[in-house]
Parts: sequence; C-alpha cells; structure tokens
Amino acid sequence: MSAIADDRPGSAIDIEALRKRLAHGGEIWRSLDEIAGTAEFRRFVEAEFPTIAEHLPAKPSRRTLLKLMGASLSLAGLAACSRAESIVPYVRQPEILIPGKPVYYATTLSGDGFGIGAIVESHEGRPTKVEGNPDHPASRGATDAVMQAAVLTLFDPDRSRTPLKDGRPASYGDFLKDMAALVSRWAASQGQGGALLVEATTSPTLAAQLDALKARYPRLKIYRHDPLATPAAHTLFGSPLAPIYRFDRAETIVSLDADFLGEGPGRLAYARDFAARRRVRDPSDRMSRLYAVESTPTITGAAADHRLAIKPSEVESVAAGLNAALTGQAGESGSPIDQAWMRALVDDLSAAGRNALVIAGSHQSAFVQATALSVNAKLGALGNTVELIEPPDALQVDGDLAALCEAIGHGAIDTVAVLGANPLHTAPTRLDVRKAFSSLKLLVHHGLYRDETAFLAHWHVPAVHELESWSDIRAYDGTASLVQPLIKPLYDGKSMHELLAVLGGEFETDPLSLVRQHWAALDDDGWKKALRDGIVSKSAARPVSVTVPQDLGGLRPKAKAGNGIEIRFVADPWLRDGRFANASWLQELPRPLTKIVWGNAALVSPATAERLKIGNGEVINIASNGADIDAPAWIVPGHPDETITLSFGFGRKVGSVAALSEGYDAFHLRRGSEWVATGVAIARHNSSMRVITTQQHQAMEGRAIVRHAPLEAFRQDPHFVRKDAPPSPKETLYPGWRYDQEAWAMAIDLSACIGCMACVSACQAENNIAPVGPEECERGHEMHWLRVDRYYAGPLDAPETFFQPVPCMHCEKAPCEVVCPVNATVHTHDGLNAQVYNRCIGTRYCSQNCPYKVRRFNFLDHQSFDKDEAGPEQGVHNPNVSVRSRGVMEKCTYCVQRISAKRIQAQIENRDIADGEVVTACQQACPTQAITFGDRNKKDAKVVREKSAPQNYALLEELNTRPRTTYLGKISNPNGRLAKPSEAIDG
Amino acid sequence: MPQIFSKNANGVARFVIWGSCAVLLIAAAIGIILPRSDLLTGVGEPLAQPVPFSHKHHVGQLGIDCRYCHNGVETSSSAGLPATEVCMTCHSQLFTNADMLAPVRASLASGKPIEWQRVNSVPDFVFFNHAIHINKGVACETCHGEVDQMPLTMRAHTLNMEWCLGCHRNPGPNLRPPQDVLMMHWQPPANIDEIRRQLIGVLDIHPETMTDCYVCHR
Repeated sequence: MSAIADDRPGSAIDIEALRKRLAHGGEIWRSLDEIAGTAEFRRFVEAEFPTIAEHLPAKPSRRTLLKLMGASLSLAGLAACSRAESIVPYVRQPEILIPGKPVYYATTLSGDGFGIGAIVESHEGRPTKVEGNPDHPASRGATDAVMQAAVLTLFDPDRSRTPLKDGRPASYGDFLKDMAALVSRWAASQGQGGALLVEATTSPTLAAQLDALKARYPRLKIYRHDPLATPAAHTLFGSPLAPIYRFDRAETIVSLDADFLGEGPGRLAYARDFAARRRVRDPSDRMSRLYAVESTPTITGAAADHRLAIKPSEVESVAAGLNAALTGQAGESGSPIDQAWMRALVDDLSAAGRNALVIAGSHQSAFVQATALSVNAKLGALGNTVELIEPPDALQVDGDLAALCEAIGHGAIDTVAVLGANPLHTAPTRLDVRKAFSSLKLLVHHGLYRDETAFLAHWHVPAVHELESWSDIRAYDGTASLVQPLIKPLYDGKSMHELLAVLGGEFETDPLSLVRQHWAALDDDGWKKALRDGIVSKSAARPVSVTVPQDLGGLRPKAKAGNGIEIRFVADPWLRDGRFANASWLQELPRPLTKIVWGNAALVSPATAERLKIGNGEVINIASNGADIDAPAWIVPGHPDETITLSFGFGRKVGSVAALSEGYDAFHLRRGSEWVATGVAIARHNSSMRVITTQQHQAMEGRAIVRHAPLEAFRQDPHFVRKDAPPSPKETLYPGWRYDQEAWAMAIDLSACIGCMACVSACQAENNIAPVGPEECERGHEMHWLRVDRYYAGPLDAPETFFQPVPCMHCEKAPCEVVCPVNATVHTHDGLNAQVYNRCIGTRYCSQNCPYKVRRFNFLDHQSFDKDEAGPEQGVHNPNVSVRSRGVMEKCTYCVQRISAKRIQAQIENRDIADGEVVTACQQACPTQAITFGDRNKKDAKVVREKSAPQNYALLEELNTRPRTTYLGKISNPNGRLAKPSEAIDG
Repeated sequence: MPQIFSKNANGVARFVIWGSCAVLLIAAAIGIILPRSDLLTGVGEPLAQPVPFSHKHHVGQLGIDCRYCHNGVETSSSAGLPATEVCMTCHSQLFTNADMLAPVRASLASGKPIEWQRVNSVPDFVFFNHAIHINKGVACETCHGEVDQMPLTMRAHTLNMEWCLGCHRNPGPNLRPPQDVLMMHWQPPANIDEIRRQLIGVLDIHPETMTDCYVCHR
C-alpha cells in the first residue's frame, strides 16, 4: 500500500492490541494494516485498481515514463498497414547467425566482484535476456534478480558516452596524450606519487596487470575501496581464508546472522542445495533443519525453522554461548538466547555431528567467524559441510580508502586513478574524500556513469558494460570463467584492462588479447572450450586444511554494548551500494520482505515503534557518531527490538531513473567499513514521507491461501492441505474443454520458495513488462505479471514468514474469459487463458472477475512506439513478445512465446514436445527449482509428479476455477521441543 | 383544414427514405470492399527498390533456388534477405559495371547495408513463422504468388487476418507434399485430394488448434 501517514504522525496502528490479537492464533496476515483493518487498507483492497479515479492522467509526464523504459521493437514501425518500412539485411552475414533465431553465449556476470555464470540470449547481435549457466558452480542454471537487469543497464541511455576532461566532453586521443605524459613521469619516478583505487575484483587478468604495474613502477600504490566488503571473513588465525559451505551435506544448520540465501557470491548455489535437502514429497522423506539467529530480517530467516531476532551487538555473545554450550561449559549469563532454545540447538548439532553446519555472517567480527569455525571443527564438520579455501578476491593492496586519503593528506600521493568505484558516494563519513581528491594533481575516473566522482575527476573515461567486455572472473569457490562480449561497446567504453594497459604504457591494445595473454596456458581449443562452457575447467580452488586453535587465536568477544538503539546496515538487495540505482526494473522490484519499491525506509520492530511512538512513514532523525539523517520509519514484524535496519544504495540522484526514487543515503551514517553502529539517537519529526510498498495490492482477504505444516504434522497427515478446505463443487456452468494435445500446468513448491524475487525480475525481462514509476506503483498500478506475496503467521514480534509466487492460474473454468465483451481473453486448446492485446478494448471486466487478481492494466503508455524517440533502451525488448500500449490488459501467458517456439520446433521435427523442453522464464531463473512446468497430459512429466504430491493444493479451490497453477504446501521442520503456539494450532 | 404538405412532398419523403438507405448501403459496401481492395492492401503494386531486383530474371529465367537468398526459410521464423555479400557472389563476376548494381557495390565497399522496401509485411503483433509453413507443405507460391513472373516484387495476397484464417481454418486445399513447396507453377496430380487428406495425418496438422489466438499473437 502507499502508506502516506498523512497528517497523523504517531502510530496510527495500536500495536498492543494487535499483539494481543495475534498472540494465540495461527492466523495468517499480510501486514500490520491488514490485521488492524485500517481505512487505508480497506481502500486498497476494495478498489480493483486503487485510486484510479483520483488521478488520471497521472502527474509524471509521459516523458518521465518514457525515461523509464523504451519502446517498440526496432525492427518495424507500429502501423499495421504501413508500407514505408524497410528491411535491412547484413552486408556480411555471420556464419552462425540466421535472422529470427536467437544465439546463446556463455559469459559471466559479476556481483560484488565475484562471478556468476550466465547464458545470454542474443537476437541479431542484441542481448535481450540473461539465463543462468548450468555448468557454472555459482549459478547452477539459476540467476538472481540483479543479473536479469544486466541487459537493461547495458542499454541505459544515461550511461557515460564520452570521455570528460574537467567535466567537459573530450576525445579519447587527448586522454591518451595526457596519459602518455603521466606514463613518462611515472617511468622516471618509478610511479612516485601515483595510486590506483580498485574495487572488489577476482579477475586473474586484472591481478596480473596490477602486479605488472607494480613491477614497472615500484613506488606505485594500490588501494582497494569496496563499501560492501566484509573484511573479517578473510583473515582467520592469521591467514586469509574463505569458507565454502556444502548444504547438500548439512542436516542441521545454524546461521549466526548469515543471510546465505540472499547475500554473498555463492547464494544461488547455496539456495539450490539448501532447498534440495528440504524437498519432501513423501512422509518418509527427510529434511534439514535451519536455526537462524539474525539481527535484521532476511530471507534466510524467513526460510528458517527457528528464527531468533537479536540486536547486532548480541551476536557475539550468542556465538560465545554456543561454543560454551557445545563444549559443556556453563552458559554465559545474560545470553540473549533462552537456555531451552540453546540446549535444543546444541543437541541437534551434536546429533548431526559432521553433518552439522554453523555459518557466521560474512560481515561478522573475527571472533564470530572463528567461533563458527571452531564449532564446526569440534563437530567434525570442517572438511565435510564447510571447506576453507584461499579467498578468490585476495589482492595485494597497500590499504583502503582511508589509507589513500591519509596518503593524499601527507602529500605522498598526487595522482589517483579510480577504477570503477564511486568513492565520493560510498565513502565513510569520517573521510573527506572530496577535499582529498580536490587537492590531487591528476584524478582519473573510469566508470559506467558520470557519477559524483566522474565530475570531480580531471579525466573521466566511460567503462564498458560487462556484456560488452572481455575479461575474466572467479566464482565463490575460485572457479575461473571468462567474460565475453555480447555486443560491441555501444558508447566506445574502455575495459579496466585497457585502462591498466594504458597506465603501463601500452596505448594500442585490444581488449581480447589482454585477457587471452593471461590465459596463454590454454591452447586455442582450451580457450574455445572455456568460452563455450562458461568456465575454465578444473580451476576451482583446493580446500586448505586449518587447525583451529583452542583459544580461537586469542579472539575475545567485544565488551557488551549498552542498551541503546543500534543500527544494522545492509546493502539494498538489488541496488547494492547504489551502482544499479538507474535500473528501473530493480528500483521497482519489491524488496523481498518489506515489498518496498522506489526507495528505502528505516526498518524497526513493532515494539520499538510502540516505545518510540512512531508509525509507518513517519520521519525520524537518526543520529550516530556525529552525523544524522532523516528517514521514514517502517515497522517490520519480526525485526529485532531496539535496532534499526538501514540500507545502502538509495539517496543518489545521478541518472534520470535514480532521480525518481526516494529514500535516504545510509552512507552518511557510516564511520568506516562497519556494518553495525551503536549509540544511536532517534528523534521524532512531526512529518511523514511516503514509503511505497506493494504488499497490500491485490490482497486475498485472509482465506486459506498459504497452507503449511511442520514435518511431523505432515507425516501424521500427508494431506494436511485438505484439512478444513471447503469442498469444491463438481458441476459448472462454464464451457467444457477437451485437452487432446498438451495441457500446460505449473506447480510451485512453497517449501522451496525463498522469496528471492528472481522469478519476478526474469518475467519482467522476458515479457517486456514496463516499469511504471513510483507514482503509478503508489496507486497499485505496477505491471509485474508475477508477484511474490509475503504472509506472516503467528505473533507480531516473532512471526513466521511465507512467500507465495502468484502468476496467472490459467484456470480451466476461467472467470475472466466469459466476461470479455470482445473475446480478447480466450481459452486455447492447451488450456492457456490467452490475452489478445490487439483485440482488447480495456473494459477491465476480466480483471474485475479474476479471483486471483493477476491481471495488469496499462493505464498509461509506458513505452514509446516511435523508434527514434525511444532511444537505446528499446534494444532490451524481447522481439518475440508484443509491446503493449495504453488501454490494454495483460497477464502471465505461461511464456507462450517459449511454448510456441518449442511447439514449432517439435512440429518441424514431427514429434511431441518432450517433458522439460518448455521452460518458463520464472522457472528458469529460480535458484531453488521451486517452479515446475510441463504438460499435465504426459503421465511421466515432472509437473505431474509434483502435482501428485500429497500437499498439492489449488488456490481458492472452492470457486471451482480448476487452476492449472497449483501449490505444494509449505513444510517446515521445527524441533518438537521448541513448538510454537502457532504451530501447535496449525499442526 | 388546409393540407400542410403539398402532394409532391410524398416524392421528397420517398426519395429521402430510400436515398438514405442507399447511402448507408453504399457506405457499408465501401467500408467492406475498400480495406480489401488492392488500393489499400497494396496487392499487385510493385514498390520502388534501391536496386530494381527482378525475381522474374533470377528465379524465372535463371532458376535460382529460393533458399540461395532466403536461407532462413526452412529453419527460422524469418526467411531472411540476402546479405550484400550473397548478391556479390555472382555480381563480382557478372554485370560488374552495371549502373543498376551500383548500390550493391557501394554497400559492400562501405559496409552500409542496402535498405530494401518491405513488400510483404504483417503488423508487429503478428508473429509469422516461415519455417513451420514450409515444413508443413505450404508453398512459397501459396502466399507470395508467382514471384518468378514479377519484374519488381509485389504483394500477391492481402496478408490480412481474414486471408490467413481462411487457410488456418481449412488448410487442406493449400497443402502440397513438402518436397514441392519451393516449386513454382506446381500442378497438382490427379489424386491430390487423397494426397492432401494423407498429408494432414502424416504431417500431424491439427486445424482445430490452428485458430488459437496465440498461434500468431503473443
């Protein structure tokens, strides 16, 4: 909902009353407003498309919306009978390319410096869609939401297009001239006074280039600035180490503030293995158990069987308590963990033995890291469920940004080349980077955007996008892979390797040969194989063996913090440190738990909100370490008390899309590279800010939407989803259909869904779904065909969290079809509820009649059909899907373009479509394989097997719509000794 | 009481009544006929091309296979237009100095493609696929007409939805054995009806599914 707290500062919701109400029942609820039944919520639910009467046409001009995303297919104009259209064939057609047939290339995308393998679809040389590379260890065929937006950022019209000298456009030739002068100066002085500032990187070529530069200029300094770095994880007992987890072997998992499903370079692989160990189809199946102790709500906590929310400063004492309890020492007094909880946890861990796994969050202190390692070693898990490798991102550097600023201050450095980073935005507050950089003789910046640092720099050189560049990168487990370009640089950008070559005095290089040189050990066949496979085979790092010292190397927990409020910093899951702030898909993708879009909020717990008397959207002033920011508060059930979660990535106004978003810049409160701040003062303002969330759009009125049970209850009654379900009638007035050929169907396993939103992002990329901007989102007009609903169950302060992806149900008795006056939504022979855009006149009757609220209406023209006006961003469109215009209804089609392509292929080969041949975009992206799609008429199809599981159920069965999309009820595996009231009732 | 209308008012009234009926009918007829007429569909009207390429010469007289230039037709949605290089495979040897071919040579020299005018087009929301038609026994000739008789390429059929649906509802009369789809002026054998009946079965054609909207609109 759009929570504008209007003129009513203070809590509009009586939290105490809600708490009482929720204390006893296993009631499932979506948001605080829902259980409170506020007027705002009613207004949202009752309106089909809320607030349409209030604003039309909308305030954002059409130009603003056009900025969001592009236009029609570039191949042709709009008009049906236009005859002044041209066809432009190739001059020399590449051998492998047949117009109309996409070509797929393996490459690697980077996330926080680590590689995740991708297969990118290219239409006549235009990359349009990113899929995961099944052969790559960090992808395993899946993608995350951010990877999907790589094609959007590639075509972003706001990208830097020309070099800038002192903020004015200049030529690359002039840049080279200036660099030639620098190179000769450095050659004479051995690099005296020079420094490079690099980001997190795992590129072997880059590391070798840096080494070569150091050899050439011995006095050159290299600094690393990575605002999202988690340095503690890298040094354990004196040597740099990175843990690799094996969830496929883990039976009992304890997370010490580790969001292993949502953060970190191995998250997709971890999610895959984690979900695979929890796949229950039969009462005899086994499941792993996850205990999560966390200081901010994460999707890992939502997936946990037992979750404990604690203040960030308490994680160390929990770790110490765990270590003590396991070794049989007396538990530390004052541990935030209940003794019974800890005993149950320790017994479970001991029982699992070498199949136990304790994970410390990578941002946690060295003590927590060491404790986790020590506990794993004691349990025998070291070498089984957890392995240690040398960190793939290890780089010999002379220091961080602070060290650089200090050196500049001393006058030791007068020339800095910033490669990729944007320190002016992401620097800690205690550093005056602007002042330091302003005093430099020469500042060179290399980046995708003309960001804050670019305008300060003497020279800015546009970077190539990763889909335009040759490079290499390592995955979380050290596996190396190549990055190959899908398209020639659109704006003549330069790769980081080229820039380093220039600094080394090589002015005429080609980006391919720089990378190829580094891999000279690969012969041409090996190189081609590495390009085709997307990985360099056998390049994973070998585990190193470590002996854990009994005293943890002398590490001790820090002294307890006081009772004050603490800040827990997190990176925005999509925008990261702000680098993706100009990607409209990511701005508009709801955050997994809060469902906030186009901005961020300060997240607080209900109890803290109650104590401080703050309500949703109310602006609070947060002061810490002498700095302060204003941010709207947002109450999140299950948030740890006396803690505020602040996210990085917002508050930047550079770029036309980023300028539309709202939110605060949490970097203003960060002193150094810490992830936690203590001693925080909160002051209320008597004002409010809007926080846009989609959590209440299309609410389902509290019917049995999410069905769940603990494993024990499932074993006693495998058909628990049927319990209390209203019987569905058998007779119907709807036309009877025969499905003689295929009958497409989908099953979604709620136990496997971790709510990561990759499916929504993939759907947006595949189906040309327009982002609509903050104003339209606020009105509930977002266009995502697939939404992931989040539900809470149980008590307000420690609820269980459920995610439920809701695409079109493709009902066999579809209420939408019978009400269309122009037959624009029709039933097909294979059971799809097809939407015919060119017939639709926009009555919206179908949406009104849809019980699942999965139809989306184009209230405005979100895309331009004029290819000159639309600009480069039209390049991102999938040419096999119509671009919709204003006044047209649209909805999930089960990726009908993919079905058609496979059907045509099968028909040409005169065979049936094989099971698993048609893969929907959401299914392909899903890291946990929660989504299964196939032909229900094939008896041995995977989707039929899934649907025959006892916990399979349809949404709102009592309406007799006979949906093709069904769900597998969520099964959790709580420890019987720690039964919660809600489970007792549900089970 | 005197009469208000004179006697000849009857005639005027009749004229107005019948006249408006006639106008409505004519308007309706125009509304139905005009969009289907060659005037608006462009059937039979050759377009000016940067190079006056003649199918009559290349196909009719020289007998070059369709797939020499349109090489995606069997495998891709798009039949494809020849790259400049394909033109130059022959024209680097033949008519090397013809003025008519200057744009082709210029294209190869400059690397700038030739911009042909599209003759056969369907709207953007129609996803036509050449490969499936060719593989299921629908000939080039069936939609594109007697291309080998066209000095300048022109549209042979309206390509409107009504025309497409005619065949999608009842594909039988337009089928031929797939090995003959590239043949011009194909003469059906005497037992063609029997052959077509068999083709529907052998090629696994399901006319009942071919009018689903998503077959063409996605």
